[in-house]
Amino acid sequence: MPPLIDVRGLTKTYRLGEVSVNALQGVTATIERGSFVAVMGPSGSGKSTFMNLLGCLDRPTSGRYLLDGIPVESLDRDQLAEIRNQKIGFIFQNFNLLPRMTALENVELPLLYKDEDTPDADAQAWRVLASVGLAGREKNLPTQLSGGQQQRVAIARSLINRPEILLADEPTGALDSRTSAEIMSIFQGLNRTQGITILLVTHSDEVAAYADRIIGFRDGLIVSDAPVIDPKKATEGLIALLRAPVEVPQ
Amino acid sequence: MKKLMSSMRIAFRALTMNKLRSALTMLGIVIGVASVIATVAIGSGATQRIQDQIASIGSNIIIVIPGSTTSSGLRLGTGNAVTLSEGDAKELVAQCPDIALAAPLVRGGAQVVYGNNNWATGIYGVTPDYLTIRDFSVADGAEFTQQDVEGANKVALLGKTVVDNLFGGAEPVGQVIRIKNVPFTVVGVLTPKGQSSQGQDQDDVILLPISTAKRKVIGINSANADAVNTIMLQAKSGAQIPAAQEEADALLRQRHHLQAAEADDFTIRNLQELFAAQEASSSIMAMMLAAVASVSLVVGGIGIMNIMLISVRERTREIGLRQAIGAKTRDILTQFLVEAVTLSIAGGFVGIVLGIGASALISRIAGWATAVGPGAVLLAVFFSALVGISFGYYPARKAAYLDPIEALRYE
Repeated sequence: MPPLIDVRGLTKTYRLGEVSVNALQGVTATIERGSFVAVMGPSGSGKSTFMNLLGCLDRPTSGRYLLDGIPVESLDRDQLAEIRNQKIGFIFQNFNLLPRMTALENVELPLLYKDEDTPDADAQAWRVLASVGLAGREKNLPTQLSGGQQQRVAIARSLINRPEILLADEPTGALDSRTSAEIMSIFQGLNRTQGITILLVTHSDEVAAYADRIIGFRDGLIVSDAPVIDPKKATEGLIALLRAPVEVPQ
Repeated sequence: MKKLMSSMRIAFRALTMNKLRSALTMLGIVIGVASVIATVAIGSGATQRIQDQIASIGSNIIIVIPGSTTSSGLRLGTGNAVTLSEGDAKELVAQCPDIALAAPLVRGGAQVVYGNNNWATGIYGVTPDYLTIRDFSVADGAEFTQQDVEGANKVALLGKTVVDNLFGGAEPVGQVIRIKNVPFTVVGVLTPKGQSSQGQDQDDVILLPISTAKRKVIGINSANADAVNTIMLQAKSGAQIPAAQEEADALLRQRHHLQAAEADDFTIRNLQELFAAQEASSSIMAMMLAAVASVSLVVGGIGIMNIMLISVRERTREIGLRQAIGAKTRDILTQFLVEAVTLSIAGGFVGIVLGIGASALISRIAGWATAVGPGAVLLAVFFSALVGISFGYYPARKAAYLDPIEALRYE
């Protein structure tokens, strides 16, 4: 089986008026299925550009990107949208929930953009919300939830279409350390129990310590890439919770 | 279908979020549609009224009146000559194949007395054919007959206005009224016709046998005892009007011994032409009003475009997020188009209700006839949807082609 992500000589150049900025200057990497990778680096190091390209939000200026065997660089706008819908889950620092929709409706949102109908959308969303520990919060609006709870809704939303990979951009950046630990244990649980590949961008060594591989960026290039010898363990109890079957209320 | 439903739900939610803003945006369309509906209603009401008036005059009518005369170098106006006669009327109907009926008419005015009441009204001396041509019917009592004309009987048919003024609530048929001190028996009351196109009360009239009217009321013309003021002709059909007109012209010229070089000493008028012109001018007026009203629809559309552009800008991050989780160009385009069309159609419906209300109010206050047809309503719905789509398209397209990365980063 080929690696889930296979990038070769990826470059990205932005034009800002007369000046062109080389955000990525030839990045080559592979990411295997089921891995949990932390991407680190100072601001402007190119890690955000790298994540945008991996997330199919943008196309590289040159280079190759095979996602699950699909050459992404040759896809058009709507084909990219479909890949994002089917294979990728996004988690943002500021959650990006739609404020006028309930938790359940936010989670169901990606189902709306699938080609086929989902008759049991509510039940699916319910199950995923419960799996991130939000049973009973389905009808709450984002403003009625704490930061940690909002990020869990966002994680549930990213999971609803059973993606191959989760891309998290500073997912704990807006959360206190206790809540950060909870979110990280959810990620670790998803990775360990369901085998979902996770890439997360972070500034924090503490957060990166949960991953089993850390990639370092500087000046548009990968400068370090090393496995984590002994990843930090999330609470066993939370993993147990994720394993437990969930009752879906009718 | 599911996607459309959910787009409509999203649109509805977005619109109810900003109730005041949505209402104000809709107001442009509301006013536009309401004014289109009202002006079209007034226009078609006016056309309807002209058609009713044509019907009230009678159908396929040709009017012959005497021409002008020159007396001692003084040219008198049309209708002053005494060139038409009862004989002309008889021959017109006898000799012209396209003429069905001919009714001679003498006209005068007199003070009419019944009991303590009196009333000044128009006196028409006519034959029974006049009733047929003018489409007069009798609501109460009976018409007078050809025998009444031949015997110069003192019988009268009264218009509704005359009855109201002379009799109050009393039963007029069989009563005796005095016209110029001559007693006349009321034999019937005419069915009301209402106003003519010139605003004349067509029910303020007394019809007498032409013979009686000449001898007792209006007086016999000293130059020509046979003279009449007008001859009304009825062509056999609407299509035969021009032929009937030509036949009448030829026959009258021959009977009046006019040389080829001489001008007619009579005038023939065809009411159809008059009414066609009136109808055309009223429909041009209605179209102009509707054109002015549709300008406000366009202004309303610009309002929608404005608000949609603001809405797209405000929801840039939402659009970015939707794109990130897989919304295609078409999904975003549909979402915003549905929103714009919802605004404009909702405005359209309110406008239709308001427009119908306004036309009803106008007919009450101004007394104009208005008619709101299903065509006008359909047209209004169609145009408001069209305005929504055409003015919503640009903002929706702008939203659909946002760059997802920039949209997500937008503050």
